[in-house]
Amino acid sequence: MRNRAVALLAVVIGALALAFAAAPAASAVTTTSDVSVSGTLVGTDKKPVEGVKITVTGPKDFKGEGTTDALGKWLVKLPSGGQFNVVLDESTLPSGVTISNGTNRTVNVFFGDNNVFFDTSADTTVVQSKWSQVLQLTVDGLLLGIIIALAAVGLSLIYGTTGLTNFSHGELVTMGAIFALWFNNGRGFPFVVSVLLSVVICALLGGVQDRILWRPLRKKGTGLVAMLVISIGLGIFLRNLFLFIVGGDTQIYVSYAGQAGLSIGTLTITPKAIIGTGVAVVLLLATAYWLLRTKMGKASRAVADNPALASASGIDVERVINVVWILGAGLAAYGGVLYSMSGGVSWLQGFQLLLLIFAAVTLGGLGTAFGALVGALVVGLAINLSTLFIPTELKNVGVLVIMIVILLVRPQGLLGRRERVG
Amino acid sequence: MDWGGVFSQAVTQGIGVQAVIFALAAIGLNVHFGYTGLLNFGQAGFLAIAAYALAVSVTYFQLSFWLSILIGLIGAVLFALLLGIPTLRLRADYLAIVTIAASEIVRLILRSVTYKKYFGGSDGLSEFSGTFYGANPFKSPLKWGPIDLSAGDLWVVTVGWSLVAISCLIVWLAMRSPWGRVIKGIREDEDAVRSLGKNVVSYKMQSLILGGVLGCLGGFILALANQSVQPDKYATDLTFFAYAVLILGGAARVFGPVLGSVIFWFVLIFINRGLEEAIRQGNITFIRADQAGQIGYLILGLSLMFLMIFRPQGILGDKRELALDAR
Repeated sequence: MRNRAVALLAVVIGALALAFAAAPAASAVTTTSDVSVSGTLVGTDKKPVEGVKITVTGPKDFKGEGTTDALGKWLVKLPSGGQFNVVLDESTLPSGVTISNGTNRTVNVFFGDNNVFFDTSADTTVVQSKWSQVLQLTVDGLLLGIIIALAAVGLSLIYGTTGLTNFSHGELVTMGAIFALWFNNGRGFPFVVSVLLSVVICALLGGVQDRILWRPLRKKGTGLVAMLVISIGLGIFLRNLFLFIVGGDTQIYVSYAGQAGLSIGTLTITPKAIIGTGVAVVLLLATAYWLLRTKMGKASRAVADNPALASASGIDVERVINVVWILGAGLAAYGGVLYSMSGGVSWLQGFQLLLLIFAAVTLGGLGTAFGALVGALVVGLAINLSTLFIPTELKNVGVLVIMIVILLVRPQGLLGRRERVG
Repeated sequence: MDWGGVFSQAVTQGIGVQAVIFALAAIGLNVHFGYTGLLNFGQAGFLAIAAYALAVSVTYFQLSFWLSILIGLIGAVLFALLLGIPTLRLRADYLAIVTIAASEIVRLILRSVTYKKYFGGSDGLSEFSGTFYGANPFKSPLKWGPIDLSAGDLWVVTVGWSLVAISCLIVWLAMRSPWGRVIKGIREDEDAVRSLGKNVVSYKMQSLILGGVLGCLGGFILALANQSVQPDKYATDLTFFAYAVLILGGAARVFGPVLGSVIFWFVLIFINRGLEEAIRQGNITFIRADQAGQIGYLILGLSLMFLMIFRPQGILGDKRELALDAR
């Protein structure tokens, strides 16, 4: 059993590594210019900015120049992957246009086209009234809450059915974003197809992870604390595997770079966020339906309640757990895509989200899927609304403190049952 | 390939500053996790509090070095109390989540621009270790066999290993005392201990304080060895490394953390430096030099997993002592 588990694990990790390694290997061999950096420079009035010079320097004295065209687009082809310095020449900017997020960037280019986004928006920041600010933060908070919920529901279901506090759940989130990025930017698939493929692959990998790692451990009777430490080890491994493969820089989906926001009254929201979140809500509703109405969903709640009794009444516990893993990993992967649609894909994004996911799950009550949903929305709102009172850089501190305080007064969480906490 | 140089660096780190820091951090964790069964994932917070208390007291409040050390120790005790009150009644997995959150809270506050005046933001603080290095009796660097230490490092390492020895003695004495038997009893069966009329939460709190204070000594050494404190040096990774060290050496054994730390750092530095050297010499071409460091983390993750799966008792441990369960 042990040997089989290890062998299978090695095979999957190897396959994963190969899947990624294929792309850079190809570009390294051919060294044709299918590697590039590009972007679109759009002014605050959403009109393209033409004639701005962008210089790219890199290894082996590489120097390339690009100028934005009538559509604001610029592109610099690169000899191969590597670390490049992208500088926007400020003197070529038309008057009245400024770059708010820095004109000098270092990017690690690995394969395909890499978007570098120069933001022109900051100089128009109007001082918002308190109420429109609250409204904007509430909407942003709900969007973040939905993202957290996607990951938290899976984490909570896995905890409920197996008792595992999975510290590598954040890596399932990152994996979804990275696969989507690879399909979209690296392979040139349409974004929707990329996301679909990514979610399906991650869901299956979640099932595989359960089969080759966690099921054998459960069979062996490994303690829950030992499993928790193992999940931490797995998390560290996967995180650094991602870093190893995609590099340390944040990368943006080609299809969705710098989409302009729609204004609804005082509210600004991007179309990608509306559609993405809409899909997420549908997925969460489907999960709720699955839990409440389908046979498998009911079985999963039975397993969470009492595995021995569930097993005795004819439920295939291991199969239920496997389905829960597939579902949880798929939801987390979509959460990762949604999260990176605005912030870009980074190897650390899941780990950064992990504590918030935990906060959501503990707030709602460990092991209850609906508690996780409520907890996630509370966390999302609390993070954004807390910036009204505390500096933005400390917003996560505020939420973590809230989590600790709630555990102090209501250790079972908002929707948890008292007996669950020993 | 300069194998001699690689070996020399690995040996030097294996007995050097890194090994000392993580031995101390893991000795503290051993009291928490190994003996009491507390799943403390906020050990980095203890090290950060002690190191920053020292640095802030010297640089901002202009206090003397030794008084600042005392303040650092008190800081660790206070952090243990603050951490323990909401969490010690909770189950092991809740404790893990809350402690990891607490250490992140500490780090985020230390690196914030809002409190930059006190903590120096993400650049941290420096120029607080003058008194320590002023007391350095070593005038020349040590070059003995593969060991190569500068005079300053030699002083840090000497003080560090002395602290490790004292800490081991304290743990050994504590765990063979009646107090230690209660602590181990809590790990085995909390309810049984409670039925004997012991105040379990109070004992857990004492264990949290003892382990925190022992661990925070590592924070002092880390700050003094670097002659600076930076918030991101005290990230959650530090706690994870300490766990790997502890589990490798063997939890619930006095010398487990020490042995684990020496072996862990020797192997890690040997692999990292060996890879870097091989890349530099052109023997390995499929990874870049900056990826060599990530290999170390990959090894860390895998070793944590495989140790816990196949040998949870580590090198020295006893499997029967680690039948921990969360529910």
